Amino acid sequence: MQIYLPIAEVSVNAFLLLGLGGLVGVLSGMFGVGGGFLMTPLLFFIGIPPAVAVATEANQIVASSFSGVLAHLRRKTVDLKMGTVLMLGGLVGAAAGVQVFALLTELGQVDLLVRLCYVVFLGIIGMLMFFESLRAIRRARSPDAALPPKRRGRGWLQKLPFKMRFRTSGLYISVIPPLAVGVFVGLLAAIMGVGGGFIMVPAMIYLLGMPTKVVVGTSLFQIIFVTGFATLMHAVTNYTVDMVLAVLLLIGGVIGAQIGTRIGVKMKAEQLRILLALMVLAVCGRLALDLLLEPAELYSIGTARAGH
Amino acid sequence: MRALLASLLLLLLAAPDARAERVVAGLSQEAISITTNFDGSEILIFGAVRREAPPPGQEPLQVIVTVQGPPRPVTVRRKDRRFGIWVNTEAAEVDAAPTFYAVSTSAALEDVLSDTADLRLRVSIPRAIRAVDTAVTDQRAFTDALIRIRSDGALYQLNEGAVTFRQQTLFDTSIRLPANLVEGDYRARILLTRGGEVVDVFEQTLPVRKVGLERIIYTLAHERPLIYGILSLVIAIVAGWGASAIFRYIRT
Repeated sequence: MQIYLPIAEVSVNAFLLLGLGGLVGVLSGMFGVGGGFLMTPLLFFIGIPPAVAVATEANQIVASSFSGVLAHLRRKTVDLKMGTVLMLGGLVGAAAGVQVFALLTELGQVDLLVRLCYVVFLGIIGMLMFFESLRAIRRARSPDAALPPKRRGRGWLQKLPFKMRFRTSGLYISVIPPLAVGVFVGLLAAIMGVGGGFIMVPAMIYLLGMPTKVVVGTSLFQIIFVTGFATLMHAVTNYTVDMVLAVLLLIGGVIGAQIGTRIGVKMKAEQLRILLALMVLAVCGRLALDLLLEPAELYSIGTARAGH
Repeated sequence: MRALLASLLLLLLAAPDARAERVVAGLSQEAISITTNFDGSEILIFGAVRREAPPPGQEPLQVIVTVQGPPRPVTVRRKDRRFGIWVNTEAAEVDAAPTFYAVSTSAALEDVLSDTADLRLRVSIPRAIRAVDTAVTDQRAFTDALIRIRSDGALYQLNEGAVTFRQQTLFDTSIRLPANLVEGDYRARILLTRGGEVVDVFEQTLPVRKVGLERIIYTLAHERPLIYGILSLVIAIVAGWGASAIFRYIRT
């Protein structure tokens, strides 16, 4: 069944969108990630204009994160204070990101920027996750090498001013690092059309030293606000949020996520992480090839932006 | 005075000739509505030649049908290799390129239309695009690329011989409009030519509009972007909450 998307102005198969939403939903349920980093490139591949894909994906992430954060709130695994600090930074970053996006759309370089961001960040995160999980598996096999080295090497971060107590996380740290992480992730969220969980989660664990059990809930909490804000900004500045596309994706997504969660429970954490790492690297590789290989068509058509 | 007389004489001489054959035509649809399940459309264009006198000359009559979407300015960009990756480097502006353009003819275009007539009426695809020379040295390559890309997407079509012309009187053709149409007033033209010269022209506008839900969403998004954005968020939050509630209900 073909469906005409009013903002993207293309006609696509509704079942394809439901299926993509479902597939990414399953993966996000399995791995506990937002799935934005998979969905946005997939939307590029099926011919949705990048600007619409990025803005609409931000809207869809609001839905899936909201669904997820409710579960975490019930389990009291959200550090609301830390979430608020991260969110404040995130809003600043997202506001800047949308402006950068609009500027680069005009210059015709938005495609390049989005792809480069994907290749760089997916590449780094994918490699880190891959080697980390390999090490974890090796450790599990040889019991002598147990006791992972507890590195708390945040020396200079401890010396920063404006300290604040985060009771849920059991931390007493400066607000500068969480604010900076928030700004950075907000910027990426607006440019890449992702929630940024895949950067936020490692940053919270390794940089801020937050306990693992509150990390996912807190990250989801702030992602709702940041992607929600990014959606609004994209809607107002670029007119690129496609409601119909978002609804189709999130119907598939929420169902898929529930199935994925069941599958995830049955698998070992290290195996899951290796799989996720391989998937991230595959998406990264596919996008990198597009940049490195000579494209079949060197020319592209951009609409000269008619004033609104 | 002499010039006026001459032109009057010319008009008198030319008039009966030009009016000897006229085209009467119709379109299978008065308007095209883009609905939610819009998947392109096919319009049938048909008509007949009305004659007051027997056909003059030996050259056969030919028919050209064009359908043109609203023209828009476009930017064509070219990629080049910089620091090992492919980046958009050069760009050329095209002042007005039709968002859709189809030409159907009853024989090869160069045989049915003279170059001067083409120049005047902008019939062939390259002529329908208006590009003013800019700083870019090879503007031509950019316009060619525009035509190539839009032709691949069936947005530009040249269908030579697609018009069926029976006994020099009745003709019909169908033009396929793709799914990714831009809204606006489309213009259908039917040209009657003999020996490359245009004998008569018939024009009709064909409005293409989003209707129903498509219309509402599009208008809201562009005229009340803040409300639209908030509405999108509300939908997302309700859907997220609903999904979580439903699955919790199923589990218990």
